[in-house]
Amino acid sequence: MRLRFVLLVLIAIGALGGTAALLYAWESPIPPIDPRSFGAPDRALVRRGASLALIGDCATCHTAPGGVPYAGGLAMPTPFGTIYSTNITPDPETGIGRWSMQAFIRALRSGVDREGRHLYPAFPYDHFTRVSDDDARALYAFFMSIDPVNSSAPSNALPFPLNVRLTLAGWKLLFLRQARFVADPSRDERWNRGKYLVDGLGHCGACHSPRNLLGAEKASAEFEGGEAEGWRAYALGRYSQSPVAWDEAALTDYLAHGSHPLHGTAQGPMANVVDNLAQVDPADVSAMAYYLASLGKGEGQNKSERAPSGPGHLPQAAGTQAATPSIPSDGGGAIYATVCASCHEGDRPLPLGGARLDLSTALTDDTPANLINLVMKGIPAAGASARPIMPGFGDVLGDRQISDLANYLRSRFAGRIPWGGLAKAVVEARGGR
Amino acid sequence: MTTLIINGESRSVEASPDTPLLYVLRDELGLNAAKYGCGLGQCGACTVIVDGKAVFSCVTPVTVLEGRAVTTLEGLGSHDAPGPMQLAFIAEQAAQCGYCIPGMMMRAQALLNRDPHATDEAIRAELQPHLCRCGTHMRILRAIRRAADEMRPKAEEAGTGR
Repeated sequence: MRLRFVLLVLIAIGALGGTAALLYAWESPIPPIDPRSFGAPDRALVRRGASLALIGDCATCHTAPGGVPYAGGLAMPTPFGTIYSTNITPDPETGIGRWSMQAFIRALRSGVDREGRHLYPAFPYDHFTRVSDDDARALYAFFMSIDPVNSSAPSNALPFPLNVRLTLAGWKLLFLRQARFVADPSRDERWNRGKYLVDGLGHCGACHSPRNLLGAEKASAEFEGGEAEGWRAYALGRYSQSPVAWDEAALTDYLAHGSHPLHGTAQGPMANVVDNLAQVDPADVSAMAYYLASLGKGEGQNKSERAPSGPGHLPQAAGTQAATPSIPSDGGGAIYATVCASCHEGDRPLPLGGARLDLSTALTDDTPANLINLVMKGIPAAGASARPIMPGFGDVLGDRQISDLANYLRSRFAGRIPWGGLAKAVVEARGGR
Repeated sequence: MTTLIINGESRSVEASPDTPLLYVLRDELGLNAAKYGCGLGQCGACTVIVDGKAVFSCVTPVTVLEGRAVTTLEGLGSHDAPGPMQLAFIAEQAAQCGYCIPGMMMRAQALLNRDPHATDEAIRAELQPHLCRCGTHMRILRAIRRAADEMRPKAEEAGTGR
């Protein structure tokens, strides 16, 4: 009797909890609008929205390789399965053509689509929740102004229960803090603008902060460095491992032009970011740099005095091949001397000469991912820009040779202990090519 | 002294270990198909095949190639007996000045060896590292498609034993 009572109470609690959870997770649809109801677009608002969309890197994810911008369909591999980006052109059937502004803003800030379905946090609404009303309106005006494209993304490939979107309500309960950006009155306007863009639309922390097992950014470890598409997103501010401290001028240059002589060239997903930032209002980029510079500088920096080598160290003949240094007998050293040194110690300046390896964060960082990627893939030419280039050696060097080279570079130029898990990282990088 | 396997033959070369393969091919072995273009691994004129992969011979020192199989354009056929890739380039008259063509053929060969059914899109993407300043790109693409059509039945015959 007693047992039955306890069971009944438990079932009742369970049912109530379940109902409460369902009620909590439930989001109602927002009625569709008539796509023809738009008047003439406000040109200035659309232009501002276009610039904001670049800061948000919207096209970077919402475009399939070789596809129409914003028409979606890009496969995004996550530790949980593959998610496909959606069509955010104003197509009434497959895009967001029937979305009201209210529906758009709810999606942006709360990760819920017009029909009330929860969106996966591959869409960084945990950052976009900070976007102001004005900017959200400008983004909406921009997206509604572009040409509609009829294109449906493939279905996501996620295992149960992650394919049940209601579970995302639980994720949001744990990790989504819905809040608009609040300016810090003790800081100037530029700093606040920079922080607003960095934390909000720019969603820098999405890559540059570590994530927990449930794929949420660790709030306590903001900008301590993260991972994106097989690349390391370096730690920023006081956590930076850069041998040369980043200052506002360097950050501005890097973000606006994609490279800096003392800090290298944006690669991997960051290459997309700088391509986008090159097209936005320079004042916004400079505000972001101003804010990021205020996050402090890492320790043990400014090794520029050390400079054992670098371009100009070796004499160079009239051609493009520099003399190489004496060849060490160990494997990694021999590879460096024969493969790398002719550029990295020759006197040909950037962008065609090699960067100074003693200034490379790829060597001081805690993970070898970026060094391995750079050695394998090189740095491809980026359009007509004057960014540095480098040929890739992934098809020339075997896994063992790349490991030996990485160990040699790490110890010689960064003076740090060898990376753990190097061989495995090389194999992974090759698999991911 | 470094031992290289060039077009199936073992060759000992005198050049110092840091010498780029391109210089060894042209200056020491007299294999002049691979061309010096930029010396930076950026134009593709020097491309050869190493263990099945297209690589820039101008930035590849011989010391890392010890014992590995290098194929140059000379390995695809000769003046008197051109291979299918070379025949296709001749048929389509894909060369204008011709400087980039050996590299183009080598990368195309590596691609078709790997994927006899390579799509136009894949061919374009694969040849992206190669520059041609005469502008014969369309003929080059046609030549590679022709070579693929020519080589595919043979590859499939060999594969299925029919």
